[in-house]
Amino acid sequence: MKAWIAFWNILVKDMRAYYLKPPNISWGLIFPLAWAGMFFIRSGAGLDSVSALLSGVIAVSVLFGTTSLLAVTVTFEKKNRSFERLLLAPISLELLMLAKTAGAILFGVANAFVPVIMAAFLMDLSAVNWSTLIPAVVLIAISSTFLGLFIAVSVKEVFEAQTFSNFFRFPMLFLCGLFFPIKQIPIWLRPLSYVLPLTYGADILHSSIHQAGKMPLLLNFGLLTVFCAGLFVVSMRNIRRKWII
Amino acid sequence: MEEHTNIIEVNGLVKTFDGITAVDDVSFDVGAGELFGFLGPNGAGKTTTINMLTGLARPDNGTIRIGGMDCSQKHRAAQHLIGVVPDESNLYPELTGFDNLCFCGALYGMAKQKRQNKAQELLKVFGLKEAADRKFGGYSKGMKRKLTIAAGIIHEPEILFLDEPTTGLDVASARQLRQLISDLHKNGTTIFLTTHYIEEAQRLCSRIAFIVSGRIVKIDTVENLLQPFQNRHVVQIACENIENNIQRKLSESFPDMKFIFYQQNVIRIEADKPILAGAVVRFLEEQGVEVSEARRIRPSLEDVFVEITGIEAVAMKQEKEKAGMGGKA
Repeated sequence: MKAWIAFWNILVKDMRAYYLKPPNISWGLIFPLAWAGMFFIRSGAGLDSVSALLSGVIAVSVLFGTTSLLAVTVTFEKKNRSFERLLLAPISLELLMLAKTAGAILFGVANAFVPVIMAAFLMDLSAVNWSTLIPAVVLIAISSTFLGLFIAVSVKEVFEAQTFSNFFRFPMLFLCGLFFPIKQIPIWLRPLSYVLPLTYGADILHSSIHQAGKMPLLLNFGLLTVFCAGLFVVSMRNIRRKWII
Repeated sequence: MEEHTNIIEVNGLVKTFDGITAVDDVSFDVGAGELFGFLGPNGAGKTTTINMLTGLARPDNGTIRIGGMDCSQKHRAAQHLIGVVPDESNLYPELTGFDNLCFCGALYGMAKQKRQNKAQELLKVFGLKEAADRKFGGYSKGMKRKLTIAAGIIHEPEILFLDEPTTGLDVASARQLRQLISDLHKNGTTIFLTTHYIEEAQRLCSRIAFIVSGRIVKIDTVENLLQPFQNRHVVQIACENIENNIQRKLSESFPDMKFIFYQQNVIRIEADKPILAGAVVRFLEEQGVEVSEARRIRPSLEDVFVEITGIEAVAMKQEKEKAGMGGKA
């Protein structure tokens, strides 16, 4: 019970201190809007393209919202040593890091539904399979957040966190099959696509929104879950090795 | 001296960073309810030792037992027993003073009502009630330090680690804090205090360990440390126009006395029998030295420290000044 009081309060504190701040809320609104607008204009197919673009915009919103914020906030707290307060708390490191990442995961999930709400005004969403879309959004948010955690543990400065985040995010964005099929990617780059968690998340989103998934849903969910667990385990090992020296 | 059961037991602690030994074979015990001082210059290994005791660093070698629990392998096993006040105020700048305290209470699983009541109480005790709703980032250095200490004790820990608690404080705030530390100790909290203020350690602690270059060079009660110095007589003379060869002349004229020029315009005289200060002052004046003050000094822990470590206390003072620290009362 005591551990959960700590968990809840870390989550609430992070939501209040970081995620619900106006710049982050506006980032959560403007960024998906800008991406959607950019691809909408580029496609030249009018409102018909909204359905095909939606999965990409959802994934981008989650990916960018979670990775940057978590990596930056954790690095910032490490830098000003307030993170030591958390490390001194009598709760397990795993629970502590889950509390720390929970805020970013919720923020990512909330971000994902901004383009969905906007799309609701432009297209018919009745064909969307919500029972696969919602779990997919949650898993993408978890894997992206844990990627942010992995980045936070690997850097010391806030600017490094930003740079390192982009090093992962941009290649991921163009290799995961969100905006053009993996088949169109040069054959020597394709193996890289299949080691990216977003590839499997994007495929579920394609399936859920316009029934255009290429891989079995079960495989996608399974691999995405493995990526989440793997990133968390590796990050925890790095935290123990690097932060408790 | 009071008999204590040991609440902290440290044996053969070693920590190296990039081949440099920061803590080298450190062993000591701290009794329950004791106010234990860990005294040494900057870089002596004080903070590294605290970090290992509190689970923020892993020892390379040695054992740590806190409250009977082996923290050498499970280094976070005793987290629920301890409170830590780090050498830098590290609360959340974007939260108010009250919210910071409540958050720190919550980290230890305190129920909402209990932590809010305790936060109010501590804000009152530390004189921060008026600033309770202001953001921590806007606090003055002294206020930040006080709130950091309050955050370290909100969960009423059995053991409190205080790392340089009065560093950077003005005289009044430092004195107030020392009183608070003393009150906490009286209420039964075990306190592990690191400081490089010798006077502070002497005033507050029952037992002191001197640490230099990662090694404990002496550990004993303040009374026992001072014992060999009880028969030593010390006079300090403040003067101007001191010639270069005055030390030689003084040593030749007063062979039973030791003359130390350890500060600009201050001559320290030490002897094993009472010093006739008048004779020395007259001699100095005959040599053209302008004497403004001569006073007897009671041997202090500073003398013990200098004797044991070979480090002049003035060097430690300069370090403090360089770091922009006040708080000396």
